[in-house]
Amino acid sequence: MDFYRAHVLVCGGTGCTSSGSAELIERFEKGLAEKGLEKEVKVVRTGCFGLCEAGPIVIVYPEGAFYSRVQLEDVDEIVEEHLLKGRIVERLLHKDEKEEDVATTLDDIEFYKKQNRVALRNCGVIDPEVIDEYIAFDGYKALGTCLTEKTPQEVIDIIKASGLRGRGGGGFPTGVKWQFGHDAKGDQKYIICNADEGDPGAFMDRSVLEGDPHSVIEAMAIAGYAIGANMGYVYVRAEYPIAVKRLQIAIDQAREYGLLGEGIFGTDFQFDIEIRLGAGAFVCGEETALMESIEGRRGEPRPKPPFPANKGLFGKPTVINNVETLANIPQIILKGADWFGSMGTEKSKGTKVFALGGKINNTGLVEIPMGTTLREVIYDIGGGIPDGKKFKAAQTGGPSGGCIPAEHLDLKIDYDTLTSIGSMMGSGGLIVMDEDNCMVDVAKFFLDFTVDESCGKCPPCRIGTKRMLEILQRITDGKGKPGDIEKLIELGESIKAGALCGLGKTAPNPVLSTIKYFRDEYEAHIYDKRCPAGHCQQLLVYEIIPTKCIGCGMCARVCPAEAITGEKKQPHHIDPDKCIKCGACIEKCKFDAIKR
Amino acid sequence: MKSLEELEAIRKKMQGRVDIRKSDAEKRVVVGMATCGIAAGARPVLQAFVDEVATRGLSDVVVSQTGCIGVCRLEPIAEVFMPGQEKVTYVKMDAEKAKRVVAEHLVNGNVVTEYTIGYYEKNNA
Repeated sequence: MDFYRAHVLVCGGTGCTSSGSAELIERFEKGLAEKGLEKEVKVVRTGCFGLCEAGPIVIVYPEGAFYSRVQLEDVDEIVEEHLLKGRIVERLLHKDEKEEDVATTLDDIEFYKKQNRVALRNCGVIDPEVIDEYIAFDGYKALGTCLTEKTPQEVIDIIKASGLRGRGGGGFPTGVKWQFGHDAKGDQKYIICNADEGDPGAFMDRSVLEGDPHSVIEAMAIAGYAIGANMGYVYVRAEYPIAVKRLQIAIDQAREYGLLGEGIFGTDFQFDIEIRLGAGAFVCGEETALMESIEGRRGEPRPKPPFPANKGLFGKPTVINNVETLANIPQIILKGADWFGSMGTEKSKGTKVFALGGKINNTGLVEIPMGTTLREVIYDIGGGIPDGKKFKAAQTGGPSGGCIPAEHLDLKIDYDTLTSIGSMMGSGGLIVMDEDNCMVDVAKFFLDFTVDESCGKCPPCRIGTKRMLEILQRITDGKGKPGDIEKLIELGESIKAGALCGLGKTAPNPVLSTIKYFRDEYEAHIYDKRCPAGHCQQLLVYEIIPTKCIGCGMCARVCPAEAITGEKKQPHHIDPDKCIKCGACIEKCKFDAIKR
Repeated sequence: MKSLEELEAIRKKMQGRVDIRKSDAEKRVVVGMATCGIAAGARPVLQAFVDEVATRGLSDVVVSQTGCIGVCRLEPIAEVFMPGQEKVTYVKMDAEKAKRVVAEHLVNGNVVTEYTIGYYEKNNA
């Protein structure tokens, strides 16, 4: 048995892999071998640490030294100084945006201080391709306990008591869903893991599958035992190659250990899992469309009822849970419903993973207790907004969610508070916008996405969202008409009421919530033909400020449309009819004499 | 997998190998691994500490390395940190001494006086 005195953990999540972590691992292994340290120091490829902004990330234990933005040439220095001589390389340690101090270990970093990692507990800690490491961190113990010591109903009761709700967006109580599956009559039942994560900006399910695939497998087996299913499917998008690969390795290892298959833990329970690849249609994240897709048909939603718990995959009772929901299950079984219930708010228990993106310093993945305020997430954990810009809004729930304005920054985030202000939890994408973002344009972006992804089965979604997008396009082109706002609201409300599935029912949310909180911006576009954020190009007017212009002529020389004229050393003038609004003149002007 | 015991056996076997990544270890052994330490033979000492701690399955002990402590003439040097006690500095270490320190100091809590810096200085002055 080989023991190592130091472990070098290199992030192998998608973010860090794109910034070159695979090459870092090779270089570490080569460097260690050259120094004869390969028997003393182990290099481990882990899942995502969450602080993707500062990748690639390397952590060296036992010191827990947290190195960020590690480049290939830095590796030799870490090997030589830290691993051979035992001197931590201060230069490469992670620095917080806010603090002057250099943080030595993970726990000292502002980004991690307020986090509480439950679903992400093993991400960045274990090697996801080695089942023994998962077992070392109490893996499969929850499954073993359930099978040998608890009845299916007892398992369901624990999940019910914990208050766990679906993390995919709907927020339906997981235990209740399992009870429906358990009570449904059927010779064959199925468990599905919904890993068709499609919201722009959300990547928590991807990270769990990449960093801790066994937790999902274990939870699916527990769910199978609870409802009486012997087969499970993971529906994961083909665009997640690392996740698919590690999940398949994990399934193979679990089969080899007899943790999947027949007679698990010496009982007569049998369970197996297969992967089904999605081709990337957003609507396939909707549970009924997902099942159609697994069955081999076009991914279009079915009307509900019947609900999947009664008539799901292949017409059999089916329980379908999201990746993050499942990742919580083993911990709840091991630590108890009370432990889980002690975190969060009254009706939203536990933690939630958010993918921070947009105008924020610490882009990445964070897991916080429910009830944390938006301000804490954005300013304390997220490190605030770059370049000292002003916060304008946060968008949650992706194309199904809405915008949260500054007045709600101190709102405690949970399922119900977000719904009450016209947004939703969704899968946990959190996109931050600053003063430069035009809210009409943001609404247009998300609606453009849903129009693209609408499957076309029901008219409210197929035609309604298209009409809404046309109106938004008109407004941002400066051709908005009085009454457009009212028409958008009317269309939005009708689509919400009439669409067949969750995609259509929530598609108008980004538009409705931006109208609710930023109606003045819509009005400025329509009535004043002006974009307050200076974003919508068609509405911009370029003007030279005569008092600032010294008549150097730089702008006239770069203008591709020859729209700028003027005498030497005299203030110049832009002809608005010729101006194509390219912005070349502003870039060249050294005197800030051009405004838009 | 036929039983919880079987699972527990794997967990136990693996635990020693991943404990290093948990930061809640209370006892620490730090070996001086600067040029002076390495030249004097600190590497086998470090390896002996790692092996002995692992073999005994001491999950609350972390073995790590540090730079030059400053008394190069007494290398290899190892320091032991126990909760609630002052640190103990051992000098002129070798692999055998390291094993004894693990057994007597880290496990049983008794300082191995004859290896400490104070004892050495008094008797070799």
